[in-house]
Amino acid sequence: MNQQELNGKISQIKDRLTAIEQPLPNRVYLSCESENCYSVNKFLFEEVPARFVIATGIDAEDCFEIIYHYSYDQTGCVINLKVFIRDREKPAVESITPFLPAAEWIEREIHDILGIDFINHPNLRRLILADDWPDGVYPMRKEVKK
Amino acid sequence: MNWKIWSLKKSPWVFHVNVGACNNCDIEIVNCLTPKFDVERFGIKLVGSPRHADALLVTGVGTRQAAVRLREVYRQTPKPCVVFLIGACPCGTGIFYKGYHVEGPVDKILKEEDPNAIIAYVPGCPPKPEAIISGVVKALAAL
Amino acid sequence: MKKSVKKPVLAVGPFHPLQEEMEFFQLTIEGEIVTDIDVRLSYNHRGIEKISEGLQFDQIPFLVSRICGICSASHPLAYVQAVEEIAGVKPPERALYVRTIINEFERIHSHLLWAGLAGHFIGYDTVFMWAWKYREPVLDLLEEITGNRNNYGNVRIGGCREDIPNELIPKILKELDEIEKKTEMLTKAILDDPVLHARLKGVGVLKKEDAIKYAVAGPTARGSGIAIDVRRDDPYAAYADLDWNVITQPEGDVFAKAVVRLLETFESIKMVRQALKKLPGGPVSVEVKEIPPGEAIGRAEAPRGETFHYVRSDGGNRPVRHKARAPSYVNVPSFKASCIGQHISDVTLTLAAVDPCYSCTERMAVLDSGGKVIADYDMLLRLSREKTEHIRKSLGLPKKKMEDLPIG
Repeated sequence: MNQQELNGKISQIKDRLTAIEQPLPNRVYLSCESENCYSVNKFLFEEVPARFVIATGIDAEDCFEIIYHYSYDQTGCVINLKVFIRDREKPAVESITPFLPAAEWIEREIHDILGIDFINHPNLRRLILADDWPDGVYPMRKEVKK
Repeated sequence: MNWKIWSLKKSPWVFHVNVGACNNCDIEIVNCLTPKFDVERFGIKLVGSPRHADALLVTGVGTRQAAVRLREVYRQTPKPCVVFLIGACPCGTGIFYKGYHVEGPVDKILKEEDPNAIIAYVPGCPPKPEAIISGVVKALAAL
Repeated sequence: MKKSVKKPVLAVGPFHPLQEEMEFFQLTIEGEIVTDIDVRLSYNHRGIEKISEGLQFDQIPFLVSRICGICSASHPLAYVQAVEEIAGVKPPERALYVRTIINEFERIHSHLLWAGLAGHFIGYDTVFMWAWKYREPVLDLLEEITGNRNNYGNVRIGGCREDIPNELIPKILKELDEIEKKTEMLTKAILDDPVLHARLKGVGVLKKEDAIKYAVAGPTARGSGIAIDVRRDDPYAAYADLDWNVITQPEGDVFAKAVVRLLETFESIKMVRQALKKLPGGPVSVEVKEIPPGEAIGRAEAPRGETFHYVRSDGGNRPVRHKARAPSYVNVPSFKASCIGQHISDVTLTLAAVDPCYSCTERMAVLDSGGKVIADYDMLLRLSREKTEHIRKSLGLPKKKMEDLPIG
């Protein structure tokens, strides 16, 4: 698929997205709410299909954001899906590990450093913080200083 | 002179511990074994267990998780032993001093375990193999 | 009926095994076959992303080049490209070529390092000594250009810090010829050796479907038939101007990955020669005063695979968020797919084939269900070497010595 066809393919799911931006020909930013996270990710990984790269968890003052990064290697396009998690008290989103084993580690990491719960994750244990790291302290949250 | 120290100086067997390093120093240490620098001709040998070691080569900042392990390794190493801190990270945490997961610097971790620990510092990022060899030789000569 | 069979767990370490320790990789074995693995990270976690938020944009290249020692040119390059995308800055042509040259030199010495390691794991210590000896000229060249054998610190936002002086170019080209000759010898010694064929083929196979599910990158992917390479797919620096090939192999085993890495080394040498000949004149950096608000991606092909950085700025002089992903983060979990069902004597080799950063390799341990170490790294290394000996004897071949390697 060339870039135009890729853009066309992505617009197939535009009803589940709240925004589509393309600041450069090979950089696409999609936004959606947390309810649609699972299905849009599944579409990107299975239907497009694009290669999963990594996910970035961000503490953006009024909500949490998880950006799932995908690479469509035929055109060198990076598709970034921003998922907004509005509930700051008990942030949670559905895990994509069941269909994408590559996401297992990064979801565990985001759980460690930001405290976001991943529903249906097969193995949500501590990954990168020390065994004696205190529970409930999430180092990447903005209010935590060293 | 204490015969234990004498034998340590003659051909120290070293055990390498990585407590959160980026690997540059680890690779420079292994480079010391390779034909260009070849420390084995001085009798310096990398051993597989701290129990056989005369000296410890420590690389890395001393992360929280690894600090526990470092203390255990130090306990297992028969005394007298010299601890060489290779690189800027164990000497003073280097560029990572603000890290939330960094417990170091390593001399602080070791001194909590043993206030009389013999520690030698080889700074650099990474120190060249020549610097590592020079540091080891100088420290042993001063013993 | 409840299974009462005790499942022993094995420890695997690198050069420096750790004993009686909860380790990184926990392998569960039944008999001599690996049935499961688990990984414990954290020993190396330094909280770099948080440190990044406290540093200014131009200080961060020095931080990220110390994420990993052998990919220390790719991380700052990926980061700087992201920031340049936010700022809408294009570095000068010469800077792009210098970046390409340094990165390809890094690939050459990293692949030679890997070849040495793999040799060490199967008992070919002459290959190890030899490969690392012939890495040294590459490190010396890098030191002459950038001032350091590793951690070059040569990338800055807007270009490069150090230029390659034109007077140095004939020397670099001459050294490259030597390095190419030695790499040819090493490649022949490895790829023509029937014992190595028997030892490495069919071992640690990562099937293409698994490679996609685990989203692997770099030679780990290219050795399983997935033709991805950031230098070609999303060209950066000067790669679009150079003539080179993406090397892939379909089998997915350790031998395929070895072939990919060795042939890539030749491509890198080719690229450096071209880049040196085409090196344009001009400055090596432009001034960048401010980073406006925005977000962007930067990526580079490190020797291990795709290095990916995401940077978000709010117009201040520190990033709001900086995400750094090293290729080993996706390559190492694929170990689960390539290692389960393998014999324990092949474990060290299968992990080495993924070429993780040392700090990852360092933490492999095998414990029994009571937490007791029943086998350590030394034993696994010995098992791996014994298997090689066994194969060599069954083929009726003499032991290879350093003197047998073709010189000249």
